[in-house]
Amino acid sequence: MELKSYEFDGVIVEEEMELSLEDLCRACEVNTEWIIMLVDEGVLDPLNTNTDQWRFDGTSLRRVRTVRRLQQDLDVNLAGAALALELLEEVEALRERLAALEPCDE
Amino acid sequence: MEFKDYYETMGVKRDATQDQIKRAYRKLARKYHPDVSKEPNAETRFKEMGEAYEVLKDPEKRAAYDQLGANYKAGQDFHPPPGWDQGYEFRGGGFTEADASKFSDFFESLFGGGFAAQGRGGQAGFSARGEDSHAKVLIDLEDSYRSVTRTISLRHSELGANGRPHLKERTLNVRIPKGVHQGQHIRLAGQGGSGLGQGGAGDLYLEVAFRPHAFYKVENKDVYLELPVAPWEAALGGHVKAPTPGGIVDLTVPSGSLSGRKMRLKGRGIPGKPPGDFFVVLRVALPPANSQQAKELYEEMKQKMPFNPRAKLGV
Repeated sequence: MELKSYEFDGVIVEEEMELSLEDLCRACEVNTEWIIMLVDEGVLDPLNTNTDQWRFDGTSLRRVRTVRRLQQDLDVNLAGAALALELLEEVEALRERLAALEPCDE
Repeated sequence: MEFKDYYETMGVKRDATQDQIKRAYRKLARKYHPDVSKEPNAETRFKEMGEAYEVLKDPEKRAAYDQLGANYKAGQDFHPPPGWDQGYEFRGGGFTEADASKFSDFFESLFGGGFAAQGRGGQAGFSARGEDSHAKVLIDLEDSYRSVTRTISLRHSELGANGRPHLKERTLNVRIPKGVHQGQHIRLAGQGGSGLGQGGAGDLYLEVAFRPHAFYKVENKDVYLELPVAPWEAALGGHVKAPTPGGIVDLTVPSGSLSGRKMRLKGRGIPGKPPGDFFVVLRVALPPANSQQAKELYEEMKQKMPFNPRAKLGV
């Protein structure tokens, strides 16, 4: 007997998804209070202002997980991890600009 | 099993103080943290350091390791003598922070394994949604150019009937969404941990990384190719073929091109809105002078072409 093989459709979180507060907590294995702290710290920017129904951009997943890893592994506090995250993102943006500035034929 | 020199991993002397070890760890951790570092082997290094620090930061484990490792060098074949760990009290406790299941066999043979189980007791009797789980997945760059189905094997530890954790493997056929790139996450709804009672299953998140490619390099959504060209193609210009993950393209090499010339094929990087770009970096390849005729041609160039490649250096 041939087993029916199932196929699952993957969705790109960063591009095709919005996450609710609950989604984000569950996906990152953190509690609501901690996510609220990240919003207060300015690490996360909810897409709407209505606190009851916060929605977050898909890229929030990566930011939350990065901040959590930085905190755990490097023993920095939330403000320090937030600062590191911002600097990392700035470095990435600068790298992209640098690459774009290199002479190039179309 | 190979002996691991934890002092070498941490770059400290064998007689380093606990404070020196801590400082060395902090410094290395910042340098090799996978979120921070651009070093290609950062993740491996970071894990090795974590393991080394787990032993060296704890005076008890360190003493045991020192006693055992005095006669070994890194990479040497190693077998712990039976019963060596008697008299040390670290077995079965003390691993509160680190996930020891990710440490090496070497570590496990010294300090024991079986710490992987993080069973969550006390949840029976009510419904709870299953936990979301995370895994890393390696895909080929080409997979992101067209929506293909890949079979992915995932391993996770489960508590068996005897109360001990054991590894379970399962495979999933996943349709890789077009345009996904390194560092992004793919969500598979309902494929995480199973729920309790009436609770539904959690979701599975796959963090995407590209398998290293023989000739493409990827930077975010842009793809780079170093393309060898013959000296006459570079000097005189011409049409050459270049591979891209989306198929072979014809490329016009402008005359007078030098090694390092970068050409952009707009929108031929990783697909998306907007798509990334594809960059070709030319590298002039030299034909070998391995036949009489080739040697004569080089001789002829030498005679007939006045060329000093070092003119700018003043010699």
